[in-house]
Order: sequence, then structure tokens, then C-alpha cells
Amino acid sequence: MKHIAIGILGAAALGLVASAASAATLDDVKAKGFIQCGVSTGLAGFSAPDDKGDWQGIDADFCRAVAAAVFGDGTKVKFTPLSAKERFTALQSGEIDVLSRNTTWTINRDTALGLNFVGVTYYDGQGFMINAKKLPGVNSALQLSGAAVCVQSGTTTELNLADYFKTNKMEYSPVVFEQLSEVDAAYDAGRCDVYTTDQSGLYGIRLTLGSPADHVVLPEIISKEPLGPAVRQGDDQWYHIVKWTYFALLQAEELGITKANVEEMKTSDNPEIKRVLGQEADTKIGTDLGVSNDWVVNIVKAVGNYGEMFERNVGSGSPLKIARGINALWTKGGLQYAPPIR
Amino acid sequence: MQEHDLSFVRVEMALAQSAPSSERGLGAWIRKNLIASTGDTILTIIGIVLVAMILPQLIGWAFINAQWIGTDRTFCATVAQGGIQPDGWSGACWAFVNAKFGQFMFGRYPIDERWRPILVAILFVALLVPLLIPKVPRKGLNAILFFGALPIFAFFLLVGGVFGLPHVETSLWGGLLVTLTLSFVGIAVSLPLGIVLALGRRSKMPIVKMLCVIFIETVRGIPLITVLFMASVMLPLFLPAGVSFDKFLRALIGVSLFAAAYMSEVVRGGLQAIPKGQYEGADSLGLGYWQKMGLIVLPQALKLVIPGIVNTFIGMFKDTSLVSIISMFDLLGVVKQNFSDPNWATPQTARSGLVFAAFVFWLFCFGMSRYSMFTERRLDTGHKR
Repeated sequence: MKHIAIGILGAAALGLVASAASAATLDDVKAKGFIQCGVSTGLAGFSAPDDKGDWQGIDADFCRAVAAAVFGDGTKVKFTPLSAKERFTALQSGEIDVLSRNTTWTINRDTALGLNFVGVTYYDGQGFMINAKKLPGVNSALQLSGAAVCVQSGTTTELNLADYFKTNKMEYSPVVFEQLSEVDAAYDAGRCDVYTTDQSGLYGIRLTLGSPADHVVLPEIISKEPLGPAVRQGDDQWYHIVKWTYFALLQAEELGITKANVEEMKTSDNPEIKRVLGQEADTKIGTDLGVSNDWVVNIVKAVGNYGEMFERNVGSGSPLKIARGINALWTKGGLQYAPPIR
Repeated sequence: MQEHDLSFVRVEMALAQSAPSSERGLGAWIRKNLIASTGDTILTIIGIVLVAMILPQLIGWAFINAQWIGTDRTFCATVAQGGIQPDGWSGACWAFVNAKFGQFMFGRYPIDERWRPILVAILFVALLVPLLIPKVPRKGLNAILFFGALPIFAFFLLVGGVFGLPHVETSLWGGLLVTLTLSFVGIAVSLPLGIVLALGRRSKMPIVKMLCVIFIETVRGIPLITVLFMASVMLPLFLPAGVSFDKFLRALIGVSLFAAAYMSEVVRGGLQAIPKGQYEGADSLGLGYWQKMGLIVLPQALKLVIPGIVNTFIGMFKDTSLVSIISMFDLLGVVKQNFSDPNWATPQTARSGLVFAAFVFWLFCFGMSRYSMFTERRLDTGHKR
């Protein structure tokens, strides 16, 4: 037993790892050589392990983009899977540098919890999926009067549902379950006609249904769930790096810079493209931010632009096949808009 | 006239006759065990019908229709679901388990370094098996190697950072590796600690007794989830900035202390079952406290509570799944985590993964249970019925 006791003491000594909780996150990150990124414990399309155990998804790719901006290498990132309860503590205590974990941006989190959200990488909201066989001809949530709706109990989803039907003067019968897995099973078994939860989740659930083709996700979104990455308050430099990494992803898409053509684009005649890619003479855009001047080139080489990231993880290139919708660029009728990089 | 003695004295034993045919063979067994009475017959018929309903489907799902190989969800989805299987197909998706097997065993332990946990596992088995077989000699040396050298060796090999081995953070550990490490350390710490606590609780020294009672009652009074949650969420806020305990170590300590508190009550039950005469007999021989306990009382007490001890071990083995609430991923945690991989999202994925996890858990728990029964029979010297 003595040996085990010594072993445990040794483990305790090695377990005391210094982590970065001081103000200059960029210096700490550069010193340790990687970014510690908080992701979810598994959400299809946002952060989920692939066959090799590597994290894939929009949230995981965003952290790779930040690593590419800082180090010029998108692989210099370590992921910490966090439960919903742990995520804010982990960021506050300095265990992670960026929280990129499908977290909804709210005023309370921005102020009371001491976070700074950098932007919205995915505009989500509560949506409806219907069984088209049982509700033929329905193509809008406003036609759902009298339907049986499956919903998880004790969530804001349940409250939003009640509000929505009340405001639109419609009747519905709720079919309520404690666990999300029970809701899935009940819906698949046909105990209700409608399933409601976050719209991005509905696409993932549809893949696990017996006959996905019979189920339609309706276009209406009845609540605002802007999901985005967050950093700690009190470190403006780091906040700017993460925020402008997000904007750079958008700007690259707007200018048509992709993973495939980024090298050619460097020699483009378009002054805006040259400026963004750091090809202007005497440019100080990158160095003022605290990174190298070819930071956008590095980001795009690592993960592509925002559109590529979206299509690969949740869009047409993935099994989820979520349409861009309001996540399209502002030039295409969506909400994704980046201030100019100049 | 000669007198004949008509009395008959049998000089040899009558040969045992074989049982009447109505009591022999399959027919008799069926008559006795399956259709002895009307009630039995009804229950038998219900049982047969249930088995006939469930078993073919189960075998069909798990073996005949199962998809064994594949690289993504299309192999386990029907045409309507966007896959290659015919519509109406229902079979286990072992391809999912196959593709994720490395993760289920080692979590996100780097693929190039996985020989390290494999080597530890081989050594573990190589030392454990001779320890479990009573006939194999040199038990003392074996035990020192198993409980002393192996944990130290395994610690350096798994964590790395020395002898040129790359450091592997415990946050990358997962799967069966985490389940077994937690269980092994929990078992190895909780039994001795539990015995000490049980003795302390029955001690005549007031302070020792009070401390033991306080520890046992406090730890037993808190759910394990709360202990783990406190350790993972609250502790970092209390520690000075920049210092963080390894999360896995926190879970290890939490689980071990928790199991020790339960173990101590099991052992105390055994101590109480030993008659007073045994204690007095030991005293009259002039044995000191530790001699009395070590030579007379504990061997009898522990033998009595083997089922309780193994019960605690098995309970703890399964309780390790709770570490998933602090984002450590044991076997079940990793299996569930991989359900979120959109490349494998099919109606069959979750079922197959959970059946696999249940099978692995069952394998270990059943093994422990059978070995404990064997030990009970072997040590059952005094109270044989």
C-alpha cells in the first residue's frame, strides 16, 4: 500500500499544473505553444469526435482558425470537452483560453459572468420538425394548430413553445419528456406530430429517425439563440484577436478567398483582397493585432473561409445538410456581416 | 433330522439400483422442473413464448442482420435513411463499434502512443492471473509486483514525460482505460483504507473513533455526483489563480475516498459478527492489538464479508461512469460522446454502442462475481453447511 500512496503523491505533484489566468493571454498562449479550447462534450456539426478521436465541427474549426492566426498552424490547439455547467468556470479560472461551445450570447453572460462574446458563428433558434405523413401539406408553423408536440420538460424550449402558440392563438397538446433521448424515441414512434428543439439539433435528430425523408424541418425560428465563441473579460488584445479571426473568416468568404485559391489570391489586383491577405507594402494590420501580417492567409489555409467551414461541418458537405438560411452573408440575405479589415 | 437354519443373512451389500426410468433422463428433468404442476406448466409456456418471441429477433439483430464493416453512416442506414441497406432493415451497427474501438478503449490517447496502455494492460493481466490462481507459488513477490511495482511503472508509462516518452495529459485519457484505472486504484485504496476506518470506528480511543465516524458519515451522506462536481467546478475557484489540480486525479481521489467509506461499513459488519470469545481468546494468548486483529479477527471477519466487499467493488466499477458529469469520459461516456458524430448518426448507432458498453461492463462484473464465489468456497472452512 505504501507504494500506491507514493504513487498518488507523485501524481499529485505532477498534477499541479500552472495554468494561464493572467491578463496577457496572448503571451501565455505563445509561451505554452498551443491554444486551450473549450468545446462541447459532443454535438453533431459543432464539436464531435471523429473516428480518430479528433474534434470536428464549426466550434472546433473556429479554435483551429484562432490557432492559425496566432501560430500560423491550425493544429496547435488542444480541446477540453466541457459540460454545460463547467464551461464558464473553466474560462474564468483560466483552464481554457477560448470557449467555443455552442454557447448562447446573452447580456447576463456578457456582464455578470465576466465573459466577452466575440460574435455569432451560428444563428440558431428553436424550430419545428414535423412528420409530413401525419400532417400533409403543412409548410409553416402557423398551420400547426391542434398538433401534438413532443418537447423536453423544464427547458426554455417548453416555455417558448407555449408562448408561440398562445401569441398566435393556436391550440396544441404537449407530449412532455424528461430526457432528450425519450423525446426522440416518442417522436420516432409517432406519439406526436411535431418535435421542437434548437433547429440545428433537429437536423441531427432527423438522421437517427427510421425514415428521415418523411420529416420536414419548418422554416420558422421562434427564439433567438445566437451561438458564438467567448473569451475572458479584461484582456482586450486577446479579445480582438479572437474577434477578428471570426471577422476574417467572413471577410474571406465575401471576397471569394477559399482554401484552394488563397495562394493565387495573394497576387490579386483587387486592393481589398491584397489588404486582407497582408500583401500591401508596409502593412501593419496583422502586427497591430498582435499576430503576423499573413494571419488571414494562415486562417484560410487551416480551415477555409466561413462558408467552407459551414458547408463542411453542418451544410451540404456533411450528413446534416443544414441550409445557410440566416447564416448566409449579408450580401446574400443573411445576417453574417464583418466590419472592414483596413 | 437335520435342522435347517432358515434365517437369511445377507453377506454382501445389495447393489444400488438405478433410479426408475420415470426419474431419469431428460423426460424426468422436464417433468420435475418444467411441468410439475398446472402453475409450473403455465409459467413454462409463457417463458417459452417469450423466449421464442425475443431470441430470434435478438440474434437476427445482433448477428445475422448486423453490419460488421463500414466507414460511415451509409453502411448502417437504409436507402430511405440515405444509406445502402434495404428498406425495413434492422441490424446492429458493429461497424460503428469497429471504427470507434480505439476510442472506446483508450479515449483520445494519441494513436502513436497507444502501445503504452496496451503494454500496461498486458503486464496487468500477466501479474493478475497468477495472483488469482491459488496453486501458483510466490504469492508474496507477486503481490508486491502487482500492488507496488506495477502502479508506479504504469503511472510513468501512461503519463509519460520521463525517459523520452512524450507527456500524455490525463484529459486525453478515456474509455476503458479510465474505467479500469479508476476501478483499480479505487479498489486498491478503498479496501485497506476501509479496514483501517472500520477498526478506527470500533476503537476505544475517542479521538480516533470520532474522526473515523465523522469521515464515514460525511462521505456516505453525500452523493458521489456531488463530490465529483465539487472537485471539478468549485475547487478551481478556491485554489489560487494559476494552480489547477489534474481533473483525473481529483476524480481518482474522490472515487477512492467514497468507496473507502462504504467499504469500512462492510468490514465493520464482519467485525461485529466475530464472537467476543475470539477477541478474549486472542487477549488471553497475550497478543497485541495488531496481532489480534491481523491473525485472529480480520481473517475471519473479511471471509464473512466477501460478498459485501465484492458488491462494493462491482458497484464502484459501475459508478465510475459518473465521472462523465465532470467531462472525464469513461467507457460509457466515450460511447455516448460518439453518438454525436454526424458521420455515424443512424437509428442503429446508439443501440449498438450501448449494447457494446453493457457487454463490456457485464464481462468485468461477471468475472469479479464468479471469482468471489470461487474464493468464498475455497475459504469456507469453518461454517460449511
